[in-house]
Amino acid sequence: MRGLRYPPGTTLRSAVPGLGLFKGMWLTFRTFLRKPVTVMYPLEKEVPPERARGVIALDVEACTVCMLCARECPDWCIYIEGHKVQQPPAEPGGRARTRSVLDRFDIDFALCMYCGTCVEVCPFDALFWSPEYEYSEPRRIDLTHDMERLGQWLPTVPEPPALEGSEPEASKPGNPEPGSPAPPASPGPGSPEPPGSPAPPASPEPESPKPPESPEPKGSEP
Amino acid sequence: MSLLDNVWVVLALKLGIAVVVVFAVALVIMFAELKVSAHMQHRVGPYFAGGRWGWAQVFAEALKFLQKEDLTPRDADRPVFRLAPMVSLLATFAVIVIIPLSPKLVAVDLDLGIFYALAAGSVSTIAILMAGWSSGSKYSLIGGLRAGAQLIAYELPLVLAVVGVVIQAGTMSMVGITEAQAQPLFHLGSVGISLPYVLAGQIVGFVIFMIAVLAELVRIPFDMPIAEQELVMGYLTEYSGIRFTMFLLGEYAGMLAMSAIAAVLFLGGYHFWGLNADWFGPFVLLGKALLLVFVMIWFRWTWPRLREDQLQSLAWRWLVPLGLANIAVTAVLKVVL
Repeated sequence: MRGLRYPPGTTLRSAVPGLGLFKGMWLTFRTFLRKPVTVMYPLEKEVPPERARGVIALDVEACTVCMLCARECPDWCIYIEGHKVQQPPAEPGGRARTRSVLDRFDIDFALCMYCGTCVEVCPFDALFWSPEYEYSEPRRIDLTHDMERLGQWLPTVPEPPALEGSEPEASKPGNPEPGSPAPPASPGPGSPEPPGSPAPPASPEPESPKPPESPEPKGSEP
Repeated sequence: MSLLDNVWVVLALKLGIAVVVVFAVALVIMFAELKVSAHMQHRVGPYFAGGRWGWAQVFAEALKFLQKEDLTPRDADRPVFRLAPMVSLLATFAVIVIIPLSPKLVAVDLDLGIFYALAAGSVSTIAILMAGWSSGSKYSLIGGLRAGAQLIAYELPLVLAVVGVVIQAGTMSMVGITEAQAQPLFHLGSVGISLPYVLAGQIVGFVIFMIAVLAELVRIPFDMPIAEQELVMGYLTEYSGIRFTMFLLGEYAGMLAMSAIAAVLFLGGYHFWGLNADWFGPFVLLGKALLLVFVMIWFRWTWPRLREDQLQSLAWRWLVPLGLANIAVTAVLKVVL
């Protein structure tokens, strides 16, 4: 995508016929003498990048059963069930409120393609990427992680990076706070800030040259 | 002493040693291919089998092949199909017989040595055609016919390259050719300097020979007949179990045989400056052959496959004229010098 590898008019035929054969042999021979890059996996482990997409963690308290993740999932690998319970009114004489309770939240990692759309779309910061990757199973059915198992991944989620241009303590709002409602900065599902993603200036929107200092909702999905 | 006078005992002894040594070296070459290819791609290769460096990997793979079912397709021409791998191995062993390991350690020293080697080596063409024709599969048929076209095309440069050596040595015997390379070519003071033929004028012949050998062994970059991406292994498609192993061993033993012949013809055989050929001969020859095998593996893991038309054009338009020119120049120089 960076244009032509060779400028137009370049002749691809080398000056000496057959020279490329020997260049290739020199390359493989040099590689042959170098140390292999293999990580001997069970004996030594690679440390994944902090924000690697290893496994999806679920903050059960933050989930409101809005089903956005299940609907956005391209593989339909998220299964959610929930019910509503009556809450007492906020003040005496008021209207009784309802609250959604999560009964089932399964992610089938056998189907998941690690696109991260669910994490990005979650308006209530309930889903996170964790860099953990060692959860292979001998049986395929065991790759479906239920609510409890997804919640166990939560402590492995790294701290989100500090917002760009803000003080270190200002990085707290991005932090997951269990049970907290949707932050006011994200009024609709159209502009969720993925918890793991960097601050707005780093968001991949080419038509905003100036870093937006206001938390206005953007027009489109990043 | 009386036991060694019996011709059958000697024959059995020679046969047993040849089979064991050839299979052992073929396994070593297979292992070398696994390891060399891995390291040329920044990998480690087999590592855990056998505890250290994965040395037991080839044994594990051979055992795996041996316990697999020996399938014969329903549409196959049964006897021919089952015979083909044996013919392939047979051709290779027939070639190995005449390779001189040291001045005394020669299984058979034929006067027509190299001629016999080329003729016996060509039998592998029959094996491949048999396998391709009898499998009852279109992939095998196409692969077999491609192999036929390729092997016949490269048989010519192979022979032409050898003719140069034969002219220079004045003999076809493998021992004779080796000894001719031990003759001092020129004198430096009182010390006679002998040069292997690759340095004594047959460099072009050596290059042609190695290219043609690669094509005869149907190895990359000349593996159009088994091109696995388009022909699913060509004439090997229908083989499994022990018969596939025989083809595989045939390939690696063939690499050894052809490399040893190249070492005898062009690299001075069992002679090496300063080493007694009587004692070190077999090791010197094996070392030279394994060096050439390494080069073959190196080619395989560097170069892509040639297209069928490129392959034919390389043989007929380049190697054959070059071989003829090489013969002419060698003959003229032989007369003039």
